[in-house]
Amino acid sequence: MNFEAIKSIYAFEMARTRRTLLQSIVSPVITTSLYFIVFGAAIGSRMQEVEGVSYGAFIAPGLIMLTLLNQCIGNGSFGIYFPKFTGTIYEILSSPISMIEIVIGYVGAAATKGLIVGTIILVTASFFVDISIQHPFMMVLFFVLTAVTFSLFGFMIGIWAKDFEQLNLFPMLIVPPLVFLGGSFYSIDMLPPFWQTVSHFNPVLYLVSGFRWSFYEIADVSPLVSLVTVLGFLIVCLSITAWIFKTGYKLKN
Amino acid sequence: MAPIVSIRNLTKSYASGFQALKGVDLDIEEGEILALLGPNGAGKTTMISIICGIVTPSGGTVTVGGHDILRDFRQTRSVIGLVPQELTLDSFETVWNTVAFSRGLHGCKPDPALIERILKDLSLYDKKDTMLRHLSGGMRRRVLIAKALSYEPKVLFLDEPTAGVDVSLRKDMWHLVERLRASGVTIILTTHYIEEAEEIADRIGVINHGQILLVEEKKALMAKLGRKQMTVELAEPVTAIPDALSPFGLALSGEGTRLVYEFDSSGERTGISSLLSALSHCGLRVKDISTEQSSLEDIFVELVGEGK
Repeated sequence: MNFEAIKSIYAFEMARTRRTLLQSIVSPVITTSLYFIVFGAAIGSRMQEVEGVSYGAFIAPGLIMLTLLNQCIGNGSFGIYFPKFTGTIYEILSSPISMIEIVIGYVGAAATKGLIVGTIILVTASFFVDISIQHPFMMVLFFVLTAVTFSLFGFMIGIWAKDFEQLNLFPMLIVPPLVFLGGSFYSIDMLPPFWQTVSHFNPVLYLVSGFRWSFYEIADVSPLVSLVTVLGFLIVCLSITAWIFKTGYKLKN
Repeated sequence: MAPIVSIRNLTKSYASGFQALKGVDLDIEEGEILALLGPNGAGKTTMISIICGIVTPSGGTVTVGGHDILRDFRQTRSVIGLVPQELTLDSFETVWNTVAFSRGLHGCKPDPALIERILKDLSLYDKKDTMLRHLSGGMRRRVLIAKALSYEPKVLFLDEPTAGVDVSLRKDMWHLVERLRASGVTIILTTHYIEEAEEIADRIGVINHGQILLVEEKKALMAKLGRKQMTVELAEPVTAIPDALSPFGLALSGEGTRLVYEFDSSGERTGISSLLSALSHCGLRVKDISTEQSSLEDIFVELVGEGK
């Protein structure tokens, strides 16, 4: 293992985060605070409790997931796309470093940043609503697994994307509908039966549901099913990444 | 001594069907400076990219220090330094950080003293905290070199190191190459500037259309292919070359005042004395005689021209 190289890539990516502190940390905090003000305080005060939990508290896990997904996909994809775009990827490719090490460096940094932002959101949320965490271990497990899985997913997008439009396709066009329709802001019980069925095809539903269960023990699907879904998606992402590196897809001619 | 880089029947075809390399064989000796000359698109960069691990070969083998570049990539890439042709650098990093980053990527522990020395050698030390996007083109070129030297490679590839570089920096670059060679580094450089190859290389390889046309000691190459030219300045102009001089294959120029004779300087008989006596036989008075040797550039143009 070339640990120095992993350390270098990780430190390089984290330095990028520090340089763009405003955009990386402050902006998601502001966005989430706005959600809490609008959905939690303004609208939430007129909403009834959801399964014994106040509406503001109910949406907190969903909002954290929303931010986590966006951050991880965004960071994971940008981290590898940008060197491809500027050409500095030559240095990574010509270094004595295996593909596994490249992934650990980039995905590790993207996941770390996602977790930092997610934690900040959690703390921010606790200023607006009462948060209780019933299953801290499961909460951390869901949190970390989701961060790693979606950073890896982002990494794949970064390799696949051939321009900025493709790079932004997932974070801007595909993730928001999945998150909004995945029960971040409501329990799917509230939906008509047809849309409940449709929702079950949405992978984000399982993430949010499992994550929320670790907070309040309320869930749309069994937490075990949630866990298996995340693990399954992680395995799919790992397999695709392995294939990318084996074939050099879009990285090497 | 076994060559430090050994290339056997290396081929590369792109998905578009373009064949960038068509079976290249080349041995590079430890400690030498090899210049690869060739026009744009000849395959120079493709070859270097394959050795460094940026491009996957279609066929053939390359070993560096006895290790296969694909199987033992960690060993080979640890000893290879690459200064790419394009000035590709992160815009928002500082000089110091980007050089330290390269060292880390190659698995070396941080060594601030070494980086300081490299930056000083390249006159970059006072810019160490400057963001890369604020640097001039010449400075960026130096940073790329500093990055490649940061892990003390044994084989250094310089892909057109002096393209778009001013004269003084080019001279600096040549001195640097000399110093590196003195410390035992093997250097492979590609260039368009024949003058550069002529100045610093030990051996010269000419590559065109994905094939090595020749690899020779520079001196041997110049002696072998170098043609000499003798220009005879006449006291009075002539309208035509006298028949008696036809065996010499002279060319008439300068409105009839100059006769140009080409000969092979390595040949046993250059034919100069017989030409001179033939001239006086024809009653032509010679005012001046000058000779000049063809440069590497002429040799190169001739070789590449033949390949067409």
